[in-house]
Amino acid sequence: MKKPNCPSGTGDDADRAEAKARWHPYLVGIGIGVLSWFAFGLVNQPLGITTSLSAASSVCALPIMGSDGVAQNAYWAKTPFQWDGGMLFLVGTFLGSLLSVLVSRTFRWEKVPATWAQQFGGSAPKRLLAAFLGGIIIMYGARMAGGCTSGHGISGSLQLALSSWTFFLTMFGSGILTALILFRKRAGASSSLSDLALFDRKSGVLDHRNTLAKNKNRLYAI
Amino acid sequence: MNFPVSAETARWLAIPMGIAFGVLLHRGGVANYNVIVNQFRFKDFTVLKVMFTAIIVGGIGVLLLKTTGHAQYHIKPANMLGVSLGAALFGVGMVLYGYCPGTGVAAIATGSLHALTGFVGMLLGGVLYALSFAWVEAHIQKVAALGKVRLPDITGVPDWGWFVILAAIAAVVFWLIETKFKPAESAAVSTGSGN
Repeated sequence: MKKPNCPSGTGDDADRAEAKARWHPYLVGIGIGVLSWFAFGLVNQPLGITTSLSAASSVCALPIMGSDGVAQNAYWAKTPFQWDGGMLFLVGTFLGSLLSVLVSRTFRWEKVPATWAQQFGGSAPKRLLAAFLGGIIIMYGARMAGGCTSGHGISGSLQLALSSWTFFLTMFGSGILTALILFRKRAGASSSLSDLALFDRKSGVLDHRNTLAKNKNRLYAI
Repeated sequence: MNFPVSAETARWLAIPMGIAFGVLLHRGGVANYNVIVNQFRFKDFTVLKVMFTAIIVGGIGVLLLKTTGHAQYHIKPANMLGVSLGAALFGVGMVLYGYCPGTGVAAIATGSLHALTGFVGMLLGGVLYALSFAWVEAHIQKVAALGKVRLPDITGVPDWGWFVILAAIAAVVFWLIETKFKPAESAAVSTGSGN
């Protein structure tokens, strides 16, 4: 399905190419586990993301609050912005993903992912705004909990920390409830859109022919 | 405690380690919105497979390092109210954003523009937390604060026992996923060859 006027990446071609480049999830899990050995045994810093990310947010607050305002904040005084191991790890994560996506030639601009489009349609502003709101909530939650999927979910859980298993289970429960509400079956709206990912098991390709015409304006007019 | 490398070397080693993490996140498929959201809809189990395997493999190795004196633990305090409320918010945010903070950063590099607006949201979320920090610290983080507690401490089941239990749970769950679970049609794009 080549659609020259479809730069948004709702196209399933992009998703299929990405899926082909994937390694087996158990192998990836083993890889992250082994990486944790080095994180603990070599550099003495568990894998984590959000401590550095919240320190980075202080830089964004500088223009508004001024350097004195930021310095006086009790939280940023505790975790100031610095190019420490955590911050460099964050940069490395970005670079690693970039490297991987370039090597596998799966880079694509994506505004509205397929699963979102099936439920909410192809409006890019709607999706970009939802992601923005989600970002605010996830970060506030991560800081209140003291970690994220990396710091608590993997690094904390593997140390059998009570806090981290509490985080892991609560986060999954809350996410499942949210998904139930957000992706509930909607009368009418979903009937035409759910055909979109009709899966032809014999040929292993997605069959869009019936629904493409109907939904093309909705999904690709972004 | 002595580590094989100096603190300065360790700081720079964080870059190749981050790169490895980013490569693994992308190749694991977890830098993909569909994969993450469909985990919470039970239509794709990639996230669970990656995380549970990482916890068991990582945990057994780190336990060995720790017991032989080659590593120390970094336990986050069990402020039960703060952790529970934070995790509940985190779950809402994760489904709405479609990424977690680490996979969001990785997804920006794959060309996801909504991962980028979510990243801006995360920075704002960090600012909001810093601004409310004093109040949260005084009113939420002190409630049911149990300290840096580990599961073996409160249950009496030793570390090895926990990993035997976790491995057994993983074996059953993975077996069920691999034998009973059929990817739902609407999740076809997200599962792809992912299992």
